[in-house]
Amino acid sequence: MVEIIDGLLTPLTYAFIQRGLLAALMVGVLCSVIGCYIVLRSMAFLGDAMAHAVLPGVAIAYLLGRNLTLGALAAALVVALGVGLFSRRGAIKEDTAIGVLFAAALSIGVVLISSIRTYAVDLSHILFGNVLGVSSLDLWLTAGLGAVILISILVFYRPFLVISFDPVLATTLRMRVGFFNNLLLVLLALTIVISMQTVGVGLVAAMLVTPAATAFLLVRRLPIMMALAGLIGGFSSLIGFFASYHLNVASGAAIVLTATLLFLLAFLFAPQRGLVWDLSRRDSA
Amino acid sequence: MEQLISVYGFNKRMNSSNVSAAGPQTLPNEPARLEIENVRVSYNGQLALDDLTFQVAHGAHLAVVGPNAAGKTTLFKALVGLVQLKTGQIQIHGQPLGHHQDCVAYVQQREEVDWRFPVTVQDVVMMGRFGRQGWLRRPSKADREVVANSLEQLGIADLASRPIGELSGGQQQRAFLARALAQEPHILLMDEPFTGVDFTTQEATLELLEHLQTQQVTAMVSTHDLTLASERFEQVLLLNKHMIAYGPPEEVFTAPNLSQAFGSQVLFLDGVAVVDQCCPPEDEIR
Repeated sequence: MVEIIDGLLTPLTYAFIQRGLLAALMVGVLCSVIGCYIVLRSMAFLGDAMAHAVLPGVAIAYLLGRNLTLGALAAALVVALGVGLFSRRGAIKEDTAIGVLFAAALSIGVVLISSIRTYAVDLSHILFGNVLGVSSLDLWLTAGLGAVILISILVFYRPFLVISFDPVLATTLRMRVGFFNNLLLVLLALTIVISMQTVGVGLVAAMLVTPAATAFLLVRRLPIMMALAGLIGGFSSLIGFFASYHLNVASGAAIVLTATLLFLLAFLFAPQRGLVWDLSRRDSA
Repeated sequence: MEQLISVYGFNKRMNSSNVSAAGPQTLPNEPARLEIENVRVSYNGQLALDDLTFQVAHGAHLAVVGPNAAGKTTLFKALVGLVQLKTGQIQIHGQPLGHHQDCVAYVQQREEVDWRFPVTVQDVVMMGRFGRQGWLRRPSKADREVVANSLEQLGIADLASRPIGELSGGQQQRAFLARALAQEPHILLMDEPFTGVDFTTQEATLELLEHLQTQQVTAMVSTHDLTLASERFEQVLLLNKHMIAYGPPEEVFTAPNLSQAFGSQVLFLDGVAVVDQCCPPEDEIR
């Protein structure tokens, strides 16, 4: 038994693996906590679009010789604000606006990256993450931005709660609905950029949605849902990370699949909302 | 009751500034507190409200009656600043809209709320206090008392810690009324509070309105129910994009007025007007 645990933990003797695990844990918790708002506000599609917009952002920043992280952040925000602009006039619905911009951003990214031959290797790292390539600077950046995001969610808990549950009330209470909507989008963009290296832009939407959806099935109050989602996200990162090392598969995918497994368990067995609960109640009725 | 009266500090101010400390019975002599002037609202080029002008006296209770898509919801949304006016202006207590937004409570239609959201009844009612608290301050003892009183008054104190989604439709509506009460509004707007609710909730809503009238809170309530409007409200506004009639129910609910508002939906059987709500032509524009 001791040998098995030793064997499992062996990779932790390497510093780059320790860094990878820490980054994966932070991203797992962060995505899942902010993901509660994504799930409750039905913003999953927008999150996905913002994540894919990171691709052209990174490519343009690379071409201009600028910081890749800043390029990614700027691109995610441009898409978020663009969606707001396109749908605000009421001519088209929001999900249509997202669909248009999402595909456009991804295409620009692919065009740019395929034209930069030297950079093509790193495309898969952006799409699926490269958790073992996390530098200590990356780690500090993740920790710093992660703290900013979590503290913002805590401090602005009430306005975020009200604009999410009842924007009409928020307006009548003279809350600055537009400002807080945009702030939430900025926090979401930051989260996506941080997650880029760990789970990759192709899978970050899953980390934003899956653990939060699992928590939603299990509890009935927002603060508890956030705490539980963070726990589930962190746990998925931990399990997924070790699974990816020992099975030699992509870390982002392993983390997302772990989270998906937990979701399926909750979907089946959650008290009152689970499938099994439904069936057993039908039988006894 | 005493506790609730004491929290409406606004009334004391009103009484001291008014020449006559008149009760709600002498309303017509009071200065108008809610003024709607030449208000037009349009959606995608279609007029939803057409040149609406009327005043609601301070403390008056008004039923807003009209067919679907008559602009009842639009009127309420205009009153809380949720839709832009194409022309005209709205004044509350003599001030343009925006100065007094926190004194208007709006209870929207049940369908507009996501009932699966993970909040308890208590959480929902406490939201009514957020406008007064700022972002960071914890709820004060006074806030908690107002919330507890509001829950008590709507008869849902025992449901306080239940998730909002586990309540019946009527209980959910009462939770939202409790929240409106916790906002300590000067003006209360209720959009179709009697549609699809049980008798208990209907009576609780009417009782709340009566109680608020003693507090001189102005109320506007939209409803399909002509009988209820004529029996329980002293003033009725008949609306179909433009104002058709406004006044006491016996003057407003005449055959020509009702035909003008409801068109072919209204039938006259032995001198009694019956409105066919079974097949409304289209959904009300939101």
